[in-house]
Amino acid sequence: MFQPSPWRDDFPAIAALHRQQQTYLDSAATSQKPQALLDALAHYYGHGAANVHRAQHVPGALATQAFENCRAKLAAWLNAGSAEQIVFTHGATSALNLLAYGLEHGFEAGDEIAVSALEHHANLLPWQQLARRRGLRLVILPIDEQGQLDLDAAMQLIGPRTRLLAVSQLSNVLGTWQPLGPLLAHARAQGALSVVDGAQGVVHARPDLQQLGCDFYVMSSHKLYGPDGVGVLYGRSQALAHVRHWQFGGEMVHLAEYQQASFRPAPLGLEAGTPPIAGVIGLGATLDYLASLDAKAVASHEARLHALLLGGLQERQGIRVLGAPQTALVSFVVEGVHNADIAHVLTEQGIAVRAGHHCAMPLLQHLGLDGAIRVSLGLYNDSDDLQRFFDALDQGLELLR
Amino acid sequence: MSLPLEAAEALLRFAEAQGWEQRARLLMQMGDTLEPLSEAEKVEANRVHGCESVVWLVTEPRAKHWHFKAGSEARLLRGLLALLLVRVQGLTHEELAQVDLRAWFTELGLERQLSPSRSNGLHAVLQRMSQATA
Repeated sequence: MFQPSPWRDDFPAIAALHRQQQTYLDSAATSQKPQALLDALAHYYGHGAANVHRAQHVPGALATQAFENCRAKLAAWLNAGSAEQIVFTHGATSALNLLAYGLEHGFEAGDEIAVSALEHHANLLPWQQLARRRGLRLVILPIDEQGQLDLDAAMQLIGPRTRLLAVSQLSNVLGTWQPLGPLLAHARAQGALSVVDGAQGVVHARPDLQQLGCDFYVMSSHKLYGPDGVGVLYGRSQALAHVRHWQFGGEMVHLAEYQQASFRPAPLGLEAGTPPIAGVIGLGATLDYLASLDAKAVASHEARLHALLLGGLQERQGIRVLGAPQTALVSFVVEGVHNADIAHVLTEQGIAVRAGHHCAMPLLQHLGLDGAIRVSLGLYNDSDDLQRFFDALDQGLELLR
Repeated sequence: MSLPLEAAEALLRFAEAQGWEQRARLLMQMGDTLEPLSEAEKVEANRVHGCESVVWLVTEPRAKHWHFKAGSEARLLRGLLALLLVRVQGLTHEELAQVDLRAWFTELGLERQLSPSRSNGLHAVLQRMSQATA
């Protein structure tokens, strides 16, 4: 039965891609954008760009107002409490690097950092490199067959030497939600700071950060139907106070002399240089758009599409699905067929999916694979998109086998 | 400069191919013609980085030219490698320096396969070849 997306027409690029015979199923890499965002960008650039937190002039005041409104919108969207706890960065990777450098002073040789075995490189490498700089131990929390963090093992491995826990909310390869509640409570009880990588999770369930109870939460705008070049770092006030200034210049400065300077506190103190002003304003427009949707309807649409995707793959011969994906995406390999060959024949037929290691090489190695195909969904996808994917897959496999 | 015989034959076959399926079949057939690599040749030093698939390129100096061998676990990529090798195999150093490989793949109707995106190895293979023979 046809499963339409009531929001498809809100995203003009979907129709444009369709005219180019392209079916977009790579939203976990980046998403298409709603018209509301395009309008906001055109309005900002068309009505007078200005830098923020600098000039007294009217365009500067308007830009600053719009920019700060978005900080408040984000705080509300994430139920983060005060807007002072929201820091804008240039992306999720940049937010995680900010943390790995800004928190470095709090680590001593022999301390431990715990990360899960399924982390995206962006939430692994900043910690790995911090561990190497400071002589720390990087502890890898194992995952089970389903692709869930093994909670019993994690409870054993996170102990009094653990200074920080960094873990994804939703795996970008396995599509599994991680058991954050007990994990974060345990980390807190051990006195460890916690960092949640919400880059995928934030797209598929609106977070409640006050309830989640992490110290830091990181997300990227471009995966959440917003512009690229914008990341968001939420930090609980007390935790944010530990983060030292990392990059210098711009309006993060309080007073500067030739030989010394003083700096503002977060959030502005952590936003060196000109921030991505248009991007932040665009993200604000996206949040307004998303807030206007029926969240339950979106969730059940995505759940139905995900069930179709997973079911369709499982009923085909020789296909191995990675883990037990719960939402948003499914990764798979085909027995005896190289993933690059599948990617090739899907590309030839206008199916845009991702092939390879998905920026999680250690996880793929752990699974004994050198790559996989990932199909990922956005709220604009419909069941025809999936049908086109399955037809192309069947035709491609027939050729390759 | 005239095309090597095998390259000219390949070009004819690809020019006649209708649609992506026929091109893919031709690529797979081409891939089967690659000279096999020994296990000793599948080593880190011969591995081409910058591809998501594993690709090897072996460059052996001969009297007046280079002898190339290439391999991959991905079948369609093997076909692309074979198309590359038929164009450059046996050329003198001077001839090799003159070859426009981008134009060669464009003639074959495969220019899209040269995208610098990491998912396709061909771009990285061409870079490696020009470094190795410079």
